[in-house]
Amino acid sequence: MIAEAVFYIFACILIFSSLLVITARNPVHSVLFLILCFFNAAGLFVLLGAEFIGMILAIVYVGAVAVLFLFVVMMLDVDFVGLRKGVMKYVPLGLVVGGLLLAELGFLYFAWAPAEGASLTLAAEPTGLEKSNTHALGSMIYTQYILPFQVSGLVLLVAMIGAITLTLRHRPGVRRQNISKQIKTQPQDAVELVKVETGAGV
Amino acid sequence: MTELMNEYGWTLLLIVLQALAIIVPLLTCVALLTYMERKVMGAMQLRQGPQTVGPFGLLQAVADGVKLFSKEIVIPSRAHGPVFILAPMLTLFLSLVAWAVIPVNEGWAIANINVGILYLFAVSSVGVYGVLMAGWASNSRYAFLGGMRSAAQMVSYEVSMGLVIVCVLLCVGTLNLTEIVMVERTWWMNALLFPMFIVFLISILAETNRAPFDLPEGESELSGGFMVEYSGMAFALFFLGEYANMILMSAMAVILFMGGWNVPFGLEGDIINAVPGVIWFGLKTFSILFFFIWTRASLPRYRYDQLMRLGWKIFLPFTLIWVVVISGTLLYLDAFPK
Repeated sequence: MIAEAVFYIFACILIFSSLLVITARNPVHSVLFLILCFFNAAGLFVLLGAEFIGMILAIVYVGAVAVLFLFVVMMLDVDFVGLRKGVMKYVPLGLVVGGLLLAELGFLYFAWAPAEGASLTLAAEPTGLEKSNTHALGSMIYTQYILPFQVSGLVLLVAMIGAITLTLRHRPGVRRQNISKQIKTQPQDAVELVKVETGAGV
Repeated sequence: MTELMNEYGWTLLLIVLQALAIIVPLLTCVALLTYMERKVMGAMQLRQGPQTVGPFGLLQAVADGVKLFSKEIVIPSRAHGPVFILAPMLTLFLSLVAWAVIPVNEGWAIANINVGILYLFAVSSVGVYGVLMAGWASNSRYAFLGGMRSAAQMVSYEVSMGLVIVCVLLCVGTLNLTEIVMVERTWWMNALLFPMFIVFLISILAETNRAPFDLPEGESELSGGFMVEYSGMAFALFFLGEYANMILMSAMAVILFMGGWNVPFGLEGDIINAVPGVIWFGLKTFSILFFFIWTRASLPRYRYDQLMRLGWKIFLPFTLIWVVVISGTLLYLDAFPK
């Protein structure tokens, strides 16, 4: 009973805060509600028994991705009143995209057949194995699904290199700090003792 | 109703008592830590430190608490009210909630969960929001710069902290904090993990925004950073959160590298064996906290670009290579935990 109650609490907060993400007037509030969403999703994963995925969701999305979102949104100085004026123009397009996604999810729901011998309410926890969630996931990823796992890693690597090449610029005339050169500098390289005669100047 | 009370009431009561059993000693430790910091720094700078309130100035922290409690909480008129109030609460909440999984002795953790170390890492990485929200909601340039600095700094050092944790996990083969302490480590494992211990110590200084990485506060250029607009109890919550976080990070270092509640240095003897594990845990945590204060009293503040360079160009490559070194050694010696 407690588990169901907790599920409904998490699910309600999740849906409510995701609604607030798109309706909040202040973009920073939107991101904060998004973080609340991530948290509740992580809570739902833990309830399912998938504690590893729940924690990774909290670490990666809440701890890193959303921080960068918040960082960028706080720095932006966008005229939001001006942005809202054109909203009605995009409503048909948005409805089409949303409708398509909903229809696809619907098809998936009706067409989804579980594997033989498994029930529709598959537990996320490995049942019948004397293993923790993390062990089971690790042994699956690194044996049966090693190729897709490595390929997805490579895709991420390509994206990372792409982002770096897009933003890396070598501007001329920028004076950079060379730490090893600074440390190697001796007093005699930097300071010169000059004996100045009275009245002669340097 | 009585049935419900019988079924869940006692469990609830037990949970509340357990939470109090952690929070009350923790907050006492926070109060004593502020006293210790002022006394140790005083001794290092040839001063007396607090000495007026109570015997040896021991009640100084209580006096400070009473003072802060009686002050007005000023909310700037242009601040974003709810977020402004929420930020210090979140900071303290996160530094307390992490203690649920810390085993201070064998079996003395409120929640002995399978993914304890991930939970700790998640909570400590969420800690950045308190600072970021405070910086933004204050609607002040100084506070905003402090928040931005803190966000970039904590995200950067988390990367190398994560890799350090990976190194430890490779050697022990479990994510459960109690088991991490219990697993026997060979001498070469300890030798290989020692550089990671150093990296971890420096990273937790940056993660808790302590000197020499206390740029988010940087009073010389930001006049107090993200907490410049806070006063009274709201400021006290930030203060408590920072010190509770220091203790938490020290406890994390003790669990990962210093053998938790075990007797250190393989000491033997009747008296030593009679000492409960929680005392050893406390002493080890205390030594790391002393390191925190020691660095604050001896080192000047880093410049921001130096901080970033240390995190991304030195720690990240070093820890990444060390993960390969440790896993290579384990593979060569066939010592992977089964």
